[in-house]
Amino acid sequence: MLHCESSNQIKQELNIMSDHDIIDQVLARHGHDGSRLMQILRETQEQLSWLAPATLTHIADGIGWPRAQVSGTAAFYSFFHTRQRGKYCVLWSDNITDRMLGNAELMDAMCKKLWLEPGRVSEDGLVSVNTTSCTGMCDQGPALLVNYRAIPRMTQARLGEMVGLIREQKPVAEWPAEWFEVEDNIRRKDILLGHGLKKGQALKAALERGPQAMLEEIKAGKLRGRGGAGFGTGLKWEACRNASGHGPNPAHYVVCNADEGEPGTFKDRVLLTSYADLVFEGMSIAAYVVGARKGLLYLRGEYRYLLEPLESALAARRSAGLLGANILGQGFDFDIEIHLGAGAYVCGEESALIESLEGKPGRPRIRPPFPVTRGYLDQPTTVNNVETLAASCLIAAHGGAWYAGHGTEKSAGSKILSVSGDCERPGIYEYAYGTTVRQVLEDCGATDTQAVQISGPSGICVGADEFGRRIAFEDLPTAGAFMVFDETRDMFEVARNFAHFFAHESCGFCTPCRVGTTLVRNTMDKISRGHGSPYDINELFKLHRVMQGASHCGLGNSACNPVFDTLNKFRPAYERRLKSLDYEPAFDLDAELSQARQMTGRDDAAAHLQTKETT
Amino acid sequence: MNAPMNAAPVATKKLKVATTSLAGCFGCHMSFLDIDERILKLLELVEFDRSPITDIKHCGPCDLGLIEGGLCNAENVHVLREFRSHCKILVAVGACAINGGLPAQRNHLDLRDILEEVYQTEAGVSHGHIPNDPELPLPLNKVHPIHEVVKVDYFLPGCPPPADAIWKLLTDLLAGRTPTLGHGLMHYD
Amino acid sequence: MSATFQLDGEDIPFTPGQTIMQAAKAAGVYIPHLCWHPDFPAHGSCKLCTVKLIDAHGGRFGSSCTMEAQAGMSIENRTAELDDKRRTLLQMFFVEGNHFCPSCEKSGNCVLQATAYELKMMSPHFDMFYPDRPVDASHPDVLLDFNRCIMCSLCVTASRDVDRKNVFAMGGRGILGRKIHINSESGRLADTDFAVTDRAANICPVGVILTKRKGFAVPIGERRYDKAPISEQVKEPTA
Repeated sequence: MLHCESSNQIKQELNIMSDHDIIDQVLARHGHDGSRLMQILRETQEQLSWLAPATLTHIADGIGWPRAQVSGTAAFYSFFHTRQRGKYCVLWSDNITDRMLGNAELMDAMCKKLWLEPGRVSEDGLVSVNTTSCTGMCDQGPALLVNYRAIPRMTQARLGEMVGLIREQKPVAEWPAEWFEVEDNIRRKDILLGHGLKKGQALKAALERGPQAMLEEIKAGKLRGRGGAGFGTGLKWEACRNASGHGPNPAHYVVCNADEGEPGTFKDRVLLTSYADLVFEGMSIAAYVVGARKGLLYLRGEYRYLLEPLESALAARRSAGLLGANILGQGFDFDIEIHLGAGAYVCGEESALIESLEGKPGRPRIRPPFPVTRGYLDQPTTVNNVETLAASCLIAAHGGAWYAGHGTEKSAGSKILSVSGDCERPGIYEYAYGTTVRQVLEDCGATDTQAVQISGPSGICVGADEFGRRIAFEDLPTAGAFMVFDETRDMFEVARNFAHFFAHESCGFCTPCRVGTTLVRNTMDKISRGHGSPYDINELFKLHRVMQGASHCGLGNSACNPVFDTLNKFRPAYERRLKSLDYEPAFDLDAELSQARQMTGRDDAAAHLQTKETT
Repeated sequence: MNAPMNAAPVATKKLKVATTSLAGCFGCHMSFLDIDERILKLLELVEFDRSPITDIKHCGPCDLGLIEGGLCNAENVHVLREFRSHCKILVAVGACAINGGLPAQRNHLDLRDILEEVYQTEAGVSHGHIPNDPELPLPLNKVHPIHEVVKVDYFLPGCPPPADAIWKLLTDLLAGRTPTLGHGLMHYD
Repeated sequence: MSATFQLDGEDIPFTPGQTIMQAAKAAGVYIPHLCWHPDFPAHGSCKLCTVKLIDAHGGRFGSSCTMEAQAGMSIENRTAELDDKRRTLLQMFFVEGNHFCPSCEKSGNCVLQATAYELKMMSPHFDMFYPDRPVDASHPDVLLDFNRCIMCSLCVTASRDVDRKNVFAMGGRGILGRKIHINSESGRLADTDFAVTDRAANICPVGVILTKRKGFAVPIGERRYDKAPISEQVKEPTA
């Protein structure tokens, strides 16, 4: 065991850093600050491979937190390992779009080549292969993470090579660089992606206006949140600006929500890759308006590879006088820090994200109070989507009236869509609000389209008769996901994939979501295995009714949406799987005797149970 | 829920009732007998088909089936299916029928480990041999409550349900009322 | 005359800042709940206390333990619609854990069980999960049987806020992961400073935290909820 004292002693004698030394360095880097636990855990794990019990104890002692809280946080996030992991940890993105691109076959082949069962570390401790929730590479799947580094566009040929490198124990850093190249695939630009602003231009304009006037422009621009819910950005900033900080360290905070976890969404990845300055500038404008001196960008763990480029972008802004003390000589102090998530979709919910920023499990808070009055470290905090913040730059530069002149009456400006699935040109498409689904389908080269999942699993599934509907808050609000399914796809399997996603991502805090998402998943699996009856369809509707409304946050409230939508719009996809009109057990009764048959060696007629008995 | 049982005039036709214990301890049946002299009144209203009371081996068409115990082996499944296909109304009686009860305490263990432990590792009469006589019903991998395998119309909780609760259920059903249990009759232990 | 809101058509007085649950409790009106305790801030996880706030659009659901009372509110509580939802939530608890009442020392005094009686839960309805949740019997005076945990976090709060010990924390995620973490590297209660006299040792509404050598002390028929339904004990002190 790496973490035991004797191994530490040996290391000391060999003049190698002991585990404790490594942890102490990480702790020192973070000032032994418990609210930075997520970063402490991640950086520790990046060096020690996993978070052993003694590691967690040492960290708890180092930050002065109860150990149970440290282990509770570590256990919450999928990307933290509290059990020894393989030297190579391979995670296949398992969004429906990855499925459609054949990820299951590839993963199966990988397991066979490595003599592995999914989810289990190989006997020699070399490698484990498993699935993970959508990694945001839907336009270039099948995708995977190897030791939390993103690799898109997997093929059979590349798979063979990769298995070879794993067997040779070649460090991931030495793998072919082109494997890690992530493409932007920007297919259509509108006002945001074609902004033409110079670095600092928007921020300068904002500082010239003054905070109150800038806020008025945002309101005049009718900017609404791009995370899907569409709350007025001006209202949010105003509420935050008007709230006073409290306690010994009163402050205001700006948080950029880059926890782009909604399956099928990848536009924030592109913004952070090629428009990082615009995003940081938007954060600075927000900070200027609300009176914050510190901003935090919460980057999903799947985008770990963006950390270094983003840090360089921040450094460049600091040298250019666009970040730090006395920005642009206007006496405005503001800086930004990047925090990484660790594989938890629920952290996209703003109060869960704040919990995570504070080093806790990502559990949505009870609201009210809302983050604008009591957010990060209990201080007034505005949490905004990456795209919202970027869009605020356009308003700073061109004014609210100009911005409101784009899009529709209720949906000002433009929306970036992440298009994936059955189309010739998947990628990033920016449109003025009010564009029809049909237009997008035409532009991306989709034919024989059966359905489009708008805004991911928690959004809306629209069928062909609805393709005239418009991308806008008043019709089809969206966080950006636009997954296309052609006539060959099975909409039941689409919904089942989403049911698995929600069961995996439920934080487990409230009863309806914790148990309900599992019951929905189990029922979908039951129907999939050919054990379904109309009883199960009714059960799905019943679970939808209980979960929607009674759940603690949006995850539970919307977890049944894909099942509900497809049941209403594609019911034959369910019905043709049903086994009988009468109630059927969820399991195969004959298989229930398998262990006893194995142990007794019996195979006579009485050692079997017919699935359906005629009496 | 099922439509209430035909309220046939008592004088012309007695209701047929069958009872059985699957993976149970017959405690629910014992509690049933605790209705004491009310059983005489009951016999004016019902006729027993398959039941430990009659020793009839197979259930014919019945109005009401009472099942004690969960599903632990293949025979339990056969008997449950026989009851479901012959009884218009099926009632799960007692904790084991409803949630697996005591027998389900083995469910967090692997059946193979259990058989090995009981017949091979531990000293006993089996001389290291797991019984494999075709006469013996094979145990299921896991114990299941009966509603996981067939549709169940009513549930009567308790370990066992008190005699008064059983009486209340029967009289409600016989009168064509949806059975209800008030405070004191409803308990899970 | 203090301000009031309506709960199932009955006027309930409240003081500013009170939640629906607090005002109802003070008025002796029962709103089903599991994770709420009058001595502690609302946790809001069990969702049994979900009520319906009637508004112009029909109504919306919310947790009465976190919803602040406002004058003139009209709230539905014990309607068939809400009790149906609550029954389903109870069934969710009963299938996700291992709740075998006949062998539980808490039977008869258990809030989960009593609430299930109140809401006439006749069966678990769903397929049972039968999770494998090991028991911690390491502590000399206290047994932890996680099979019965409903994740109300009352022990976490009591240990943190009253005992100032932080013996427990809620950690992990989802149906498989979410559980009580014990404040020791071994994960054993014996390796913490937990004491049987702690408030946290006497707060569990179900049968997870049990004092050893004290079980089954009260005969059946005389236990708390044998005597009267939970809805009729609103004025009684909570453990």
